[in-house]
This record gives sequence, C-alpha cells and structure tokens, in this order.
Amino acid sequence: MLEIHNLCVHYGDATAVRDLSLTLGDGEILTLVGPTGCGKTSVLRTVAGLIQPAAGEIRIGKLRIDSKRNVPPEKRHVGLVFQDFALFPHLNVEDNIAFRLKDRAPAERWLKQLGLEQHRHAMPDTLSGGQKQRVALARALAHAPALLLLDEPLASLDAALKAQLRWEIRQALKAAGVPAIWVTHDQTEALSVGDRMGIMCDGRLEQIDEPDACFRKPASRFVAHFLGDAAFLPGELGSTHVHTALGDAPIGDVAHSPDTRVDVLVRPDDLSVTAANDGNGHIEWSRYEGETRLYGVRLNSGAQLRVRTNHEHQLDDGAAVDTRICAGHALALFEPERPTGSA
Amino acid sequence: MTRQPWSYVPAALIAAAALAPVLVLVYMSIGADLLFDGRTFEIVLNTVLLAVLTVTGAVLIGVPLAVVTTYADLPFRRVWVALLAAPLAIPSYLGAFAFFAAFGPGGEIETLTGIATPRAEGLIGASLVMTLYTYPFVLVSTRAALQSLDANVVDAARTLGLTLPAAMFRIVLPRAANGIAAGALLVALYTLSDFATPAIMHLDTFTRMIYVDYHAFGLDSAALMSLQLLALVVIVLFFESRIRVRRERPGRVLQLPLSRAVNSTAFALAGVVVLAAIVLPVAVFGAWLVREGVVGFEPRYALNSAYAALLAALGAVIVALPVAYAASAGWFGRLCERITYLGFGIPGIVMGTALLYLGLRLPLLYQTLALLVLAYILRFLPLAVGAVRSSTERVENNLVGAARSLGATPGEVFRRVSLPLILPGIVAAAALVFLEAMRELPATLLLRPTGFDTLATYLWRVYEAGHLGRGAVPALALVLVSGVALVLMLSGEARRRRLTAG
Repeated sequence: MLEIHNLCVHYGDATAVRDLSLTLGDGEILTLVGPTGCGKTSVLRTVAGLIQPAAGEIRIGKLRIDSKRNVPPEKRHVGLVFQDFALFPHLNVEDNIAFRLKDRAPAERWLKQLGLEQHRHAMPDTLSGGQKQRVALARALAHAPALLLLDEPLASLDAALKAQLRWEIRQALKAAGVPAIWVTHDQTEALSVGDRMGIMCDGRLEQIDEPDACFRKPASRFVAHFLGDAAFLPGELGSTHVHTALGDAPIGDVAHSPDTRVDVLVRPDDLSVTAANDGNGHIEWSRYEGETRLYGVRLNSGAQLRVRTNHEHQLDDGAAVDTRICAGHALALFEPERPTGSA
Repeated sequence: MTRQPWSYVPAALIAAAALAPVLVLVYMSIGADLLFDGRTFEIVLNTVLLAVLTVTGAVLIGVPLAVVTTYADLPFRRVWVALLAAPLAIPSYLGAFAFFAAFGPGGEIETLTGIATPRAEGLIGASLVMTLYTYPFVLVSTRAALQSLDANVVDAARTLGLTLPAAMFRIVLPRAANGIAAGALLVALYTLSDFATPAIMHLDTFTRMIYVDYHAFGLDSAALMSLQLLALVVIVLFFESRIRVRRERPGRVLQLPLSRAVNSTAFALAGVVVLAAIVLPVAVFGAWLVREGVVGFEPRYALNSAYAALLAALGAVIVALPVAYAASAGWFGRLCERITYLGFGIPGIVMGTALLYLGLRLPLLYQTLALLVLAYILRFLPLAVGAVRSSTERVENNLVGAARSLGATPGEVFRRVSLPLILPGIVAAAALVFLEAMRELPATLLLRPTGFDTLATYLWRVYEAGHLGRGAVPALALVLVSGVALVLMLSGEARRRRLTAG
C-alpha cells in the first residue's frame, strides 16, 4: 500500500529524516515512536504532501512522489489526524465530518460508530478533548482515505482517556480496513496499538518489527532503553546459556562462537530477589505499584539494578538479598561496551 | 521550503508607503534652520506639561476605577465598565468644544442656571478635557492586568500575615504596574498627537503651532515642528517598547468585600466622570440644537464624511490583508507589519503636513480626495492590520493541511475554510477604519479638496467663525458614530475573549 524508499527530509540546513525506508501492508497499523525531534512527524507530513522530500521515493498505491515529482495533498487520498485536531471552527460536528462528502452516508456511519450522534450540531469549541479527537477521526475516515496518518492523536488528552481512546481508534481503523501510520512519543501506546512498530532516533529508523520482537530483541541499546527499564550485565557465552554473575540465562538459537564476551539485557521482571545474608547485594529502596513491587537493589559490586516482583513480596530497605536471573526466555545480547558499561 | 511567501512583495511595498511620510518630513527639514529659541522652548514645555498632567490625571482616575470594577461586587458591573470605557470612543475635540462652550462668562452653564463658572482654557482646561477622554486607556489596560492575576497569590500573602490593603500594595500593584504603565504611555501618545483640544483651549502645543505656522509661514516651518513633535513621540514609543506586559496563568479573580464608604466613593467618582465626559457634551449639543436648529448644516457634509471614510475602509482592508499574511509568514513580514504601525504614532496633523507636501510636488494628487483617503489609510492601517491579523491567525496551517488531506484544492480551501474564518476580521477592520475616518479632524483640515467639508471640518469651521451653536447636528452625529464605534469595540473584545478562552 505504502512504500518509502531512502527518504530524506530537510528543513533549511537541518536534516529531519535520514535515509528512511519502510513498507506498510493493506489494513496494517504501524506505530512510529521516538523522542521529541526524532523526525517521526516529518515522515508523516512528507507522506501527507505537506513537505517535499529532499531525496528518496514514496509510493502510495499507484502514486509516486520524489524530490522532483510532487503530488499535491488533495490528490493523494491520504487522511491526516492532527494532535490539535484541526477541526474547522466555523462548522459544526456534522459539517466537519461531511466536509467534502456529496453523499453524507459515511458521515452518518462514523457519527454513530464513534458515539457522536448527540453532538452532531455542536460547534468544535464546545467539545471536550476526547470528543474533538473522535470528530477528527470520524472526519478523516468518512472521506475514505486510502491511508490514514495519525500525528500524536492522544498527546493532548489526559491519561485515563488515552487508554480507552487508543483502543477505540484501533478498532475503528480495523473496522474501516484502512492502513495507518500512528506517530507517538509514548512507548506504551506504540507497543499496544501497532501491528508493527518503528523506533526512530535522530532522523533514522533504528528498528521496525512487531512490538514484542522490538521489546525482546531490541536492535540497539537506544531501543532497549527507550522501550522500558533496561540494564546490561556482562556475561560470557556458553553453548546453550550465557553465564553472568547473577546466574545463567538461555540464549535461544542465536548463532554464536563460544567464550565470547557479551552484555546481556535484563529488565526488572527478568530478575528475582530473595532474602539471604550471604547474598550479592541489599535493598536500597522499594516502590509499591499496586500489582507489582519495584526494588532498587545495590549489588556488592557497586552496580544498581531494578527488580520487579509480585506485590505480595515484601522486603525492608537495607535487607540483605540475593539477586538472580529468573527469565525462562532468551535474553537479548549486545557487543560489550567500553569498560565503563553499566552494571 | 525556502520559497518566499507571495505576500512579501505587497507587504514590502505597503511598508515603504508607510515609511514615506517620515522620509518626506526629514527631506523637507534638511537645510531648515534648527533654531531652538524661546518660542520653541515654550511649545516644548506646554506640550510636555500637557502630557504629564494628562497622564497623572488619567492614572488617578483610571487605576482606582479599574480596581473597583474588577474586584468589587458592583451592581450592574458590566454597564459601568461599558459606560466608563465610552469616552475612549468619543474624539476629545467634541469634549473640548462642549467644555469651551459650557464654562466661563456667557457659557451655557451660566445661561441655563445662572451659576458663574471659570473659563475652561489653557493648560488646566486642556489637561482636564484630555484626562476625561484618555483615562479609559489606563482603565482598560489596568483591568486586563488585574484580571490576569490569580487571587490565590493574594490569599497566600494574607495567610503570611499581610492585611488586605498591604497585600494590594505589595502583591497586586507591583504585578499590575506594567499594565498601568502601558495605559499611561498610550495616554501620553494620544495627548501628544491631539490637535483640536489644545487648539480650542488656546494652548500653544506642537500640534496647534504646526497648524498655525502652516497658515502663517508655509510648510517648511510646519515640517520642522512636525519632526520635533515626532521626536517626542519616539521617546514615548521607546518606553512603550520596553514594557513587557506579563501574562500569568489565569486563575481565580479576586473578590474584594468593600466597605460601603469605599463603594459610594467609587460610585461618586464614576458618576462625576461619566457626567463630565458624556452627559455634559450631549447636553450642550442638545441645547445648541434647540436654540439654533439645523441652520447652515447640509446633509452633504455627512455624505462626504461617509464617502471618504468608506473609501478609506476599503483601501485599508485591501492593504491590510497581505500585511497580515506576511506577518505570520516570517521575520521579514513581521518587520513590514511593525513599520505599518508607524501610522499610529504619527499625529494626524503631522501626517497631513507630510502628505500636503507630497501633494504640492505631485500635482496629480494635490487637492484630490485620493490624497485625503491615502492619509486615512496610512493613519488607520494599524487598526485594520490588527483586526485582520487576529482572524488570519485562526487559520492555522493545520486547518489548511487538514482540508487538503480531505481532498480540497487550494482554491476550495480558501473559499470554504480560510475565507469564512477571516471574513469577520475583515468586516471588523473595515468598520473600525470607517468609524475612525468619519471622525478624523486634523489631516482632513489640511488635505480636504476645496469645498469638500466633512462633519468634523464643518464643526471646526463654525467654531473658527464663532458660531459654535450651529455645530449641533454634526456634533450629535459624531457622538452617534462614536456610540457605534464603542459597541463594535466592546463586542470585538468579547469575541476575542471567547476565542482565547476556547
């Protein structure tokens, strides 16, 4: 449906996107995530036709766009949902949704589907944030785009609304069968709504894969840190396991040469703590988080690790403990860093 | 993306036109004797004294009224605010005519009631009239500042041991100081620019002497004084540019429980001000109407005023559109916009002098309506740009992007999204310029084609001829126009507040 090959985008002298390639299948939802200024919004605006690419090629269905051939936004059939919703302030909800429709049936369908019927005559500035977001989505979907782009659609809403709306939007996109690129800076959002996710940093696509693959096997330390708490333990490869100071972990079917030194990615839920006077560290702090409890453990070696346990588990600050790797699945391995590596 | 916005070319041309009057004045005064004699000193002194007294008076009236109308629980508060802001819309020359006619031996007050009053003239008379018609600048800007202050801060100060009056002085006033200063500088600017009030009160300020000198000695001497006056204006503008009105996050507005004594004092002050600034002139003009009727007045004058003002309104809007667009496109556009604001600082009499000189050099323009309309446009362009810009800013890039992503062509986007959004701003801009031009006096006096009288110039002519009583109809008509302007101003204010709140 959408193919992007070696895309570069410049703003004046600044480079926003460097050599980015990706493809999007029919009906697929791709989330693009990364820190502020990583270039994810520039990708969207380029695909929408609001920015001209500096190099590379974009194919939307039969359309081809590159630095010389431009297709104006209105010819692309690409819908766009903005962070600030961009509702036309002089039109009511119904007229916003049916902006360019001759047959208003699709507008009616989406008014119903997104629960906006009782607000159909309301003006945009009287709506709440969540309602505005639904109107913006309904407007984009009612115009039957070949592809929908969502630019941080939930960023201006409060947390409770976010969780609910993100699932509603995903359902609506799937019901419409429209492929979508969904840009966000919230990694939880990216992990939960995307069929696949792309992680961007400094204009480059660091990794693009299914969310659990990105989380389990991050392509870089940046991705590992961005998607969640991450620590790196030095280890040595054996034939089936990697050996670390905190025990062994399976390595799966990665091709490797034995006796290689590696860094092992451990997340808080890959570790366990038990009270033990002759253990390898002590509890520095603990944080009760409802379903789980998070411990800060200071190892005798001086390094600090975070360990997540069941909420019933309780250890006092200062308690001597033994920390072990308890993961049953393969852990991601990285080339060792210079001697100053963490843990 | 480095393409220059289309609006830069017309915006640059318009900025150049706005600069022209200043350049003309500089050119005219090159070679003129820069004599700084006793007479010049007296004029500077009078001008500065008038400004200082007026600013003092405006602050003394404006600030207490702002505090009371913002924080106290007055009955009919909105009516009071509208009434107290009203003198802003009335040109001060109407007040000056009324005070001139009402006070003194043989004045309207003595004729009607038999009570002898001192003549309203000179420095005191002029300061009094100017104060009555400019204090709303301070009132409005101070109210805006006070409203943006969060009441919690005052409450916090009181929990820390300050009494309420102490909290007002130590917590509220310092934060409102910039707002008060902004209003005071507008008062100073208006006072420096005003021609008719000092002229009617026989106070030799720059504006009056420019007009007198033009008739007595010709343009060169008038041009030199115009430049000297502009120097004073620039000083005021410099201070104004240094003021940053701080915006705090809007919070709860303070409610003050005022004692009955304070409340009735405030009511009395507000009553006296409204009585003097609005009721007295209308009563005087009414008395004229009863006594003299409509003798000498021709409907043609009103039509002339409306015709010239309409042309100015259309011209100003057409010119303001590219400037407003350019201003949101980049730094160069903002510079052009800044330059068009020059018109606001150039007193009408100075603008008239500069364009008159231009007219004498370009026979095509001399004694034409076009030259007068050009003066109106240059002078009131800032009003038009401001009003148009506040609406073009509503058409954010995202709205255009959204419309185009839904399949609309650029033409359709303009017709269906941009135009409906900016149209109210365009109408408001045209109305503002129209109403200002209707009431303009000094530039009209200098630039009107022979035999072309407007409401304001007719009023001036009957004053010069000593038959002020015959000015009843134009004076009342101008009060009416001012009333319409006030309604427009207040509704525009309300609309802006709604927009920023939403």
